[in-house]
Amino acid sequence: MSDIPALEVENLTKKIKRKLIIKGVSFTLYPGEVFGFLGPNGAGKTTTIRMIVGLISPTSGTIKIGGKNVRTEFTEAMRHLGCIVENPELYPYLTGWENLEHFAKMDASIPKSRLQEVVALVGLSNRIHDRVSTYSLGMRQRLGIAQALLGKPKVLILDEPTNGLDPAGIREMREFIRTLAREENLSVLVSSHLLSEIQLMCDRVAIILKGAVIRTDSVQNLLAEQERVIWKAEPLSLAKEILEKETEIQEGLDGTLITLYDEPLLPEWNEKLVQAGVKVKEMRTQLPSLEDLFLEVTGGESID
Amino acid sequence: MINLVRNEMLKLLRKKRLYVIILIIAFLVPLFTYAQFKEIQDQREKMGNQDWRTVLQQEITDTQNRLSSSRIQDEWRKYLKIRLSQQQYYLENDIDPRAPGAPTFMRIFVENSIDLLLPLLVMVIVADLVSSEASGGTIKLLLTRPVKRWRILLSKYLAMMLSISFIVLSVAVLSYGISGLVFGYGGWNMPLLTGFAVSGDELLTENVHIVPQWQYILMEFGLVWYVCVIVGTLTFMLSVLLRSTAAVMGIMLASLIAGAILVNMVSSWESAKYFFMVNLNLTNYVSGMATPIEGMSLGFSMAVLAVWGIAGFIIAFVTFSKRDIY
Repeated sequence: MSDIPALEVENLTKKIKRKLIIKGVSFTLYPGEVFGFLGPNGAGKTTTIRMIVGLISPTSGTIKIGGKNVRTEFTEAMRHLGCIVENPELYPYLTGWENLEHFAKMDASIPKSRLQEVVALVGLSNRIHDRVSTYSLGMRQRLGIAQALLGKPKVLILDEPTNGLDPAGIREMREFIRTLAREENLSVLVSSHLLSEIQLMCDRVAIILKGAVIRTDSVQNLLAEQERVIWKAEPLSLAKEILEKETEIQEGLDGTLITLYDEPLLPEWNEKLVQAGVKVKEMRTQLPSLEDLFLEVTGGESID
Repeated sequence: MINLVRNEMLKLLRKKRLYVIILIIAFLVPLFTYAQFKEIQDQREKMGNQDWRTVLQQEITDTQNRLSSSRIQDEWRKYLKIRLSQQQYYLENDIDPRAPGAPTFMRIFVENSIDLLLPLLVMVIVADLVSSEASGGTIKLLLTRPVKRWRILLSKYLAMMLSISFIVLSVAVLSYGISGLVFGYGGWNMPLLTGFAVSGDELLTENVHIVPQWQYILMEFGLVWYVCVIVGTLTFMLSVLLRSTAAVMGIMLASLIAGAILVNMVSSWESAKYFFMVNLNLTNYVSGMATPIEGMSLGFSMAVLAVWGIAGFIIAFVTFSKRDIY
């Protein structure tokens, strides 16, 4: 990680009809980093992203892309940015190639050879001269990424990039994003409402709720705190008795016990159970659901 | 900028709108050619005489007869009187106002399509120029490029101007080419009268002069182009303001048709002359027809249209560069 931020968002607010919907969002992206933007629907992810890409003007706050202010140096800032906001909506009546040509013509610094490069990069060479209206959603998503990469951006912004993709497509997308960050030293901002997705893709994550970032941390830290262990043991009452002495426990619905995930202590607990004659049938770690995470971080405030 | 305009033209061509318009014109012109042909044939049969002077004389007598009837409305009487003095002028100067020929057909065709047909065709092209990008979501990709918003909108406006010029040109070419098969291609130098002015119910002939028909047609096509650009600009503004192409079409269609109706009944409502849609019939000033409202003149109508056009242009650009896109 270098010290010059690729994207700097500071104290961003947006008021619509006298209602503050984004309340002072700040975060920073460094080169080569995949940053997750996590929040439930309606938390303000898309509004924030639209302000970053210049589609909505912020009420206050500054956004700098590659050191250029989006408001005062719009064209310079946009030169460092590639994005897909929500769905990759391209011109359905043009071919994939014509779509790319169309967007390439809008930036004189893009050489013709770049088109061939990005098409190969996203693996669309076979179908690139077909009309976009004949493309599957996965292909449109790839074409969307191709157009975002045309200008060799420093920052790539993807709003819900795996929305509507099948499992294979999701995995492919995830690997693709990681490769881009690693090999091209690109900073990627990915928004999602799925924790599992962010966890597999991102280095750091900001949790946004009701228009405010309530926590920014590395994915490891965030999950380590919240990860749970699920115990399946017999007899249950005895297991419960023993574990209760060691840590806080919750009872699961289907005859399981849930404790915090505390790596160094786990073997100890297990040993005690075994010594007391409890048969431990299953021990597995479980990621908290996004809802749990929110409840934990916000101290019990509900999502809506 | 050239690249941006090229992009817009590519999108326009791919949407096949221009082809549709060419097809419409190519379909209508033979229709009107046939109608015109029938009319001339009919007249000849009725007169049993090939000489246009007799026909014109007959028309003058007709008009005089109608004028002497006491039952006709004042409005109508006014128009007939103007028509009469014009006809008499043609006869005295030995000029056939309806000498058939492709250029004459072209002239009559544009005179009749300036207030409704051509604005409608323009509307078909312009209505979704901006609104389709908004409803299709492509505006998000368009506006996150390193290009300022006003430049993107200007490229669309220039593409609109090019298409309008193309439409007007194809009307000229198609109406000349197709009608010429029936009427022959001659008649460019036929002398025509222009410069009529109407004051009260008097036709002022002091500024009337003779111009060759090609010059007259050129003048009329210039006016047609001007009207189309203004109607295009207003449609363009609506296209920026509204996301729905259907709404843009609806509003424009309603105001154009309202204009066509109003022209026939607003003669006593004087301030109606500031509406853009009653000022579309610019070619009427050239041929010396009665104006829908007293005090309207070519200069006045062009100025009213210019004010509407400039206002539409400014509103479109200001909204587009400031608007939040959701």
